[in-house]
Amino acid sequence: MFKSFFSERTLPLAATILVCLALYGWGMIQYRGFRDTLVLGNLLTDNAFLIITAIGMTFVILAGGIDLSVGSMIAFVGVLIAVLTRDFGFHPLAAAFVALVIGSLLGGAMGWLIQAFDIQPFIITLAGMFFLRGMAFLINLDSVPISHPFVDAFAAFRIPLPGKGWLSASALVMLAAVAGGIVIAHFTRFGRNVYAVGGDRASAALMGVPVGRTTVRVYALSGFFSALGGVIYAFYTASSYPLAAVGVELDAIAAVVIGGTLLAGGIGFIAGTFIGGLIQGIIQTLIAFDGSLNSWWTKIVIGGLLFTFIVMQRLLTRSFVGLRKAA
Amino acid sequence: MNGLSSSRNKAATAGEPGLVAGFLRSRAFWPVLVLLLILMANAFISPGFFEVTIVDGHLFGSLVDVVHRGAPTALVAVGMAVVIGTRGIDLSVGAIIAICGAVMAVLTRDTGFSPAVIMLAVMGTGALCGLWNGVLVAFLGIQPIIATLILMVAGRGIAQMITDGQIVTFHSAFFEALGAGHFAYIPVRVEVALAAVLLLALLLRRTALGLFVEAVGGNAAASRLAGIEARGITVFAYVISGLCAALAGIIIAADIRGADANNAGLWLELDAILSVVIGGASLMGGRFYIGLTVIGALTIQSLTTGILVSGLPPQYNLIVKAAAVLVVLLLQAPRSRALLRARLGGLFGGKRHV
Repeated sequence: MFKSFFSERTLPLAATILVCLALYGWGMIQYRGFRDTLVLGNLLTDNAFLIITAIGMTFVILAGGIDLSVGSMIAFVGVLIAVLTRDFGFHPLAAAFVALVIGSLLGGAMGWLIQAFDIQPFIITLAGMFFLRGMAFLINLDSVPISHPFVDAFAAFRIPLPGKGWLSASALVMLAAVAGGIVIAHFTRFGRNVYAVGGDRASAALMGVPVGRTTVRVYALSGFFSALGGVIYAFYTASSYPLAAVGVELDAIAAVVIGGTLLAGGIGFIAGTFIGGLIQGIIQTLIAFDGSLNSWWTKIVIGGLLFTFIVMQRLLTRSFVGLRKAA
Repeated sequence: MNGLSSSRNKAATAGEPGLVAGFLRSRAFWPVLVLLLILMANAFISPGFFEVTIVDGHLFGSLVDVVHRGAPTALVAVGMAVVIGTRGIDLSVGAIIAICGAVMAVLTRDTGFSPAVIMLAVMGTGALCGLWNGVLVAFLGIQPIIATLILMVAGRGIAQMITDGQIVTFHSAFFEALGAGHFAYIPVRVEVALAAVLLLALLLRRTALGLFVEAVGGNAAASRLAGIEARGITVFAYVISGLCAALAGIIIAADIRGADANNAGLWLELDAILSVVIGGASLMGGRFYIGLTVIGALTIQSLTTGILVSGLPPQYNLIVKAAAVLVVLLLQAPRSRALLRARLGGLFGGKRHV
């Protein structure tokens, strides 16, 4: 029972949870302020857009791909919403709906190119990253405030937690997205297909899994989640800026990897990504609390964590993959 | 260029009709044509594009500007080409440029070492970064995208740590000459880059090293069985990439007379990868062309310069680049070639060339 619980599937996830608890516990011991639920609420709010984006990335990585366009997608969606509400009189929710549809379609288009022409995902999504960033610049060069009663209400909405903390609307949307991601990954046929395609493409095709359709849908899903991340980012900051979210694709990949998803695809959990995103937030908060450490330590520590987790994955899966190859 | 790649090429084009194969076989044809087309378009948009004059003892003009600005990109791209030849990718070159610029600026500012010693130290730093990437890929067996992602994320942090989070400026006659000076009418940085590329080409193509790199990229297991130290070659490729990035970092830092840990070499990795792809290398590894990669880098730079001089807003730059990548990729993709072949095969009566 114990052995089956800590298989190579769950061990990275267990390590992730342990790291998260250790970091949070260390913060609680070191800093009085950390014990408030205020910190927890802020963590969930500030990292909402990152975690939402990382959920989409998890699906892509589970299917054995990578999506570098998500950061640009966030900026593009933000600019789109701002211009639609300011110049075309859209209600922010309608603008968000349009953005989500466009995001999914663009993601799907990238997936189709990858699938139909058998081109490496990272270079296609790299082109997508250029394209979306360029589109964001094209629509608007400046920072545009999004002023609308709905956006104000969205930013002001909060559910008090025990203690001083509260859950914001962003955090709630993020938690809903995590729940949705878990349902899609573990309780739908599509989710099982994603795991199958990522685990072994050839076998999946032989078993009758629609590999092509699954690939296209995975990138469409990543487009949807990164667009949703962009919507939350735009509502949360009540502004848009075409240079927003530069490098978020790397943070999202880091969240997925630290969350215990295998980079080779086929193994991983949406819940792990959620925790992986939280760990990055906790590191940032710890460094902010310390005060004497500079912000670049965040990058170094996250790089170090990435390294540790990737090496751990290698050591764990070396025997596993060897077995699979021998079979 | 060598036996392996030409025989691979023959194998790749063997099934095509003679007419198309003739076009496609000359692999320099497309990259050079694209470069010429872009240059012509530039000349069409801004009539003075090809004018080169001598001002203050150095050449001056848009063409010189393309070569001047393209030098660091071309350097990084050539290093990237070697890595891509081994079926890898190096995402960390931008971060290595930042680290090397930081090391150089701090050493120049705070120590009395001679420029030669400082350059050695910086090149050593670049080699060390490459060694780190190479060991992760070759000995720990981590996917190249992810292995180099680590340094890409952490590298800028390290560079900021070295410069203490500030933009470190320095004064050094030697480095100023290197970054912005001219020798025999030509910018020194172009000559340095050219010398480095030639040296690398000699090293790879006049010895068996280039062949080994392509063998490892083509099939690592088979190359190991053939007696090639595949892991050593992989590490070597990443070290070369690190060295090239270090030299580019020196040029970039020397140019602005300072080290900017946040922006030095930002997104240069993308331009470098694009240059390699435009130069006809396969991202699946097994072949790389140094000369054509330089052509690719110049193509990208002419595109950028062309957009700038045409008066179009610079934000079109990214969209045009994205479109360019897409077109090149689709032309390169085996599947779209197969499609093309089927169409043209019908047209030319399916004449087979074996």
